[in-house]
Amino acid sequence: MTDALSHLPRAGDGAALKAGFTDLHPPLTQRQAIIESQRCLYCYDAPCIEACPSDIDIPRFIREISEDNINGAAQTILEQNILGGSCARVCPTEILCEQSCVRNHDAECQPVLIGLLQRHAIDHMHFDGHPFHRAADTGKHIAVVGAGPAGLSCGHRLAMHGHRVTILEAEAKPGGLNEYGIAKYKLVDDYAQREIAFLLKIGGIEIRHGQRLGDNLTLDALQRDYDAVFLGLGLAASRQLGLIGENAPGLMPATEYIKTLRQASDLGSLPLARRCVVIGAGNTAIDMAMQMVRLGADEVTLVYRRDAEAMSATGHEQAIAKANGVRIVTWAQPKQVLIGDDGRVSGMRFARTETRDGTLVATGETLDIPADAVFKAIGQAFADDGLSDDRASRIARDGGKIHIDDSFRTSLAGVYAGGDCVVPGQDLTVQAVQHGKLAAQAIHQDIMAQQEVA
Amino acid sequence: MTATAKRPDVDLSIEFAGIKAPNPFWLASAPPTDKAYNVERAFEAGWGGVVWKTLGEDPAAVNVSSRYSAHFGKNREVLGFNNIELITDRSLEINLREITEVKQRWPDRALIVSLMVPCVEESWKAILPLVEATGANGIELNLGCPHGMPERGMGAAVGQNPDLIEQVTRWCKTYSSLPVIVKLTPNITDIRVPARAALRGGADAVSLINTINSITSLDLDNMVAKPTVGTQSTHGGYCGAAVKPIAMNMVAEIARDPETAELPICGIGGISHWRDAAEFVALGAGAVQVCTAAMLHGFRIVDEMQDGLARWMAEKGYRSLSEFSGKAVRNTTDWKYLDMNFQTIAHIDQDKCIECGRCYIACEDTSHQSIAKLVDASGTRRYEVIEEECVGCNLCQITCPVQDCITMVPQPSDKPYMSWNEDPRNPFRETA
Repeated sequence: MTDALSHLPRAGDGAALKAGFTDLHPPLTQRQAIIESQRCLYCYDAPCIEACPSDIDIPRFIREISEDNINGAAQTILEQNILGGSCARVCPTEILCEQSCVRNHDAECQPVLIGLLQRHAIDHMHFDGHPFHRAADTGKHIAVVGAGPAGLSCGHRLAMHGHRVTILEAEAKPGGLNEYGIAKYKLVDDYAQREIAFLLKIGGIEIRHGQRLGDNLTLDALQRDYDAVFLGLGLAASRQLGLIGENAPGLMPATEYIKTLRQASDLGSLPLARRCVVIGAGNTAIDMAMQMVRLGADEVTLVYRRDAEAMSATGHEQAIAKANGVRIVTWAQPKQVLIGDDGRVSGMRFARTETRDGTLVATGETLDIPADAVFKAIGQAFADDGLSDDRASRIARDGGKIHIDDSFRTSLAGVYAGGDCVVPGQDLTVQAVQHGKLAAQAIHQDIMAQQEVA
Repeated sequence: MTATAKRPDVDLSIEFAGIKAPNPFWLASAPPTDKAYNVERAFEAGWGGVVWKTLGEDPAAVNVSSRYSAHFGKNREVLGFNNIELITDRSLEINLREITEVKQRWPDRALIVSLMVPCVEESWKAILPLVEATGANGIELNLGCPHGMPERGMGAAVGQNPDLIEQVTRWCKTYSSLPVIVKLTPNITDIRVPARAALRGGADAVSLINTINSITSLDLDNMVAKPTVGTQSTHGGYCGAAVKPIAMNMVAEIARDPETAELPICGIGGISHWRDAAEFVALGAGAVQVCTAAMLHGFRIVDEMQDGLARWMAEKGYRSLSEFSGKAVRNTTDWKYLDMNFQTIAHIDQDKCIECGRCYIACEDTSHQSIAKLVDASGTRRYEVIEEECVGCNLCQITCPVQDCITMVPQPSDKPYMSWNEDPRNPFRETA
């Protein structure tokens, strides 16, 4: 996966590097959790619930923590969000629940640490078996394409309703971005797999790997073999810079590097750019820059064409990056990949930008940043090739993603979709979980209604 | 010359039932006052007086192991505390010798000796001269111990019988020249009855409350209460912050009873800081006793208590405790004398509101549906009092987490004071 960087030196002592990839925010101790849980005001119609994309009853689970009822707290979370453990770790709580916490202002010191409390509840739950029942078998069999957060959430909720579920996954492991895309220091060790093992304990869910829509799988066949299909395809394509030299050694998508990093058994074996440039403004760009610093890079520069305020990475993420020594350069857009005599990337030339009458324009000045590697993190796009067979191509699109109605139905009867591949997608794990859950409800209602009619 | 901070020019010294002390903060008869070592440390820390843990006849009492338990708040703050200790488990002779020595070293401090002997004249006649010989400033009769001792006919077994209270008090006044403080048990129905009995017996003062019968918590795994002695438990004496409201009511009841209005009261029960002490004094106490707070934090708290009380007094212009002692008694009355025409209404300071909605749900679910929840286009919540529905119950103010965000505002009225006795809605009103 990192072939484009095979000429670079290795990161070195993997054991020593490990420390840089432990939890960015360490878990709360029992004592800290109790103290923090006391800070929750148990608001009525709590703003944090409104802000949670997966509708978790936050005041309730925090009160349960404070009452020494950890299993109750965990169940409150999992009822709404079966991947509550990973969401507690990867959610940008600073723009969701914690932003809307009524204690999120100076007079109250700081918001209640909702994310860490959620993690505490899930980390310390102890159920005798799985905490949810699987309803009596309905005889229905649903295909879920994609074992990412949306597909897993959908599969679990369908199983709760008594349907048989087969999840078809292209990669060798389930989890989607939780397994392959999240910064390692946010979701450490094999947590993603352990969480999935827990989820699957409900029973009735089978995962088949190496199954890729548009390759060895067609929508036609799925519709023939299953009672309904859910597409949780994610955004598999990395956006291109559209510059000459984009395929030169030394330049690659950040997501692919992160994927390799997350799967590496020895961090020391990873290629390391002493000087690197990350192009982009989202959390993936920050994750990439941070991980390069932690692998031992000397200079990491993150470049964005607008100002810091316009970056989609939260202020919290930007602050962490800066504190870790990442240099953030704004008002510069990629102009040319600089290639050395050896044919490898030697840096990037950027055009200086500004806004004139609200439009971004080049000022005419340029900025060269020397680098051994350039990582592009300018966003992901829906990989259309998966939906290219006759039937699949009939599914209506909306700006390059899948169009759905309020009940997660695509334009093709019996086919549902959710997560990042649909239009309201926001690239949030927690939102994908919510989509999967709600789509499962819709699928259940639709097929049971059909059964009644029949 | 060493630098010294300015202190408020206030006199905290008192003379209570003829006993002088440099300040009103005394340690109650309890484990902190069981022996010379502790009492010396207390005096060094600045306590104005000490009631030495209860002496009894030899052979000394024997205590069990595992003695205290607590009613905890969620954050392990001790709301209430209980104990199953008996009176001193050291010999009378050792206690008397130590009392004598300590009193000699600390002549300016109040040293009162708590006593409990069987309810027979000979027993009291025997012990009283021994106590007087120590040089102690007074005696306190432990007629309130709720555990163990009542099973032997002492402690609360005496304090729950007005005739015995009167009798024992009289014996003490007969066989001792020291001021006699009668310590009252709250484990009765009407505190005025034992107070009147003490007065009839010649008591110089009463002190209250002793501890309340209690079970603080259970070990649900082993189905036994705490403190657990082996596999069993027994009820203990409850004290600490949680009992303060009960104690203050009982102090006020005695202070406003015409029969006992002049009887000096030493206030006891959950006093943890200066404000608690000031409240007891305002309800008629001339001195206060502290135990649980010292047991939880050590003797040093008396510094903050003295300093806080003195600063508050200076701010209010009170130069001595007597200037505000009992000042709240006249405003404490029976329900039937409250003004039926008074109306207060909640007011929410929108600038301070953090939009938690606690006032709204409390009022909506359990009170008078007097708070409206408004949400503007941006999603900002606004909680407004529906004034015509508000009965002024204070619930919203109590549940609000922000200091001074909700205030209760007395409404101007042109109606005169009218008690329930005069209210035409009262079918049993007293007509002239």
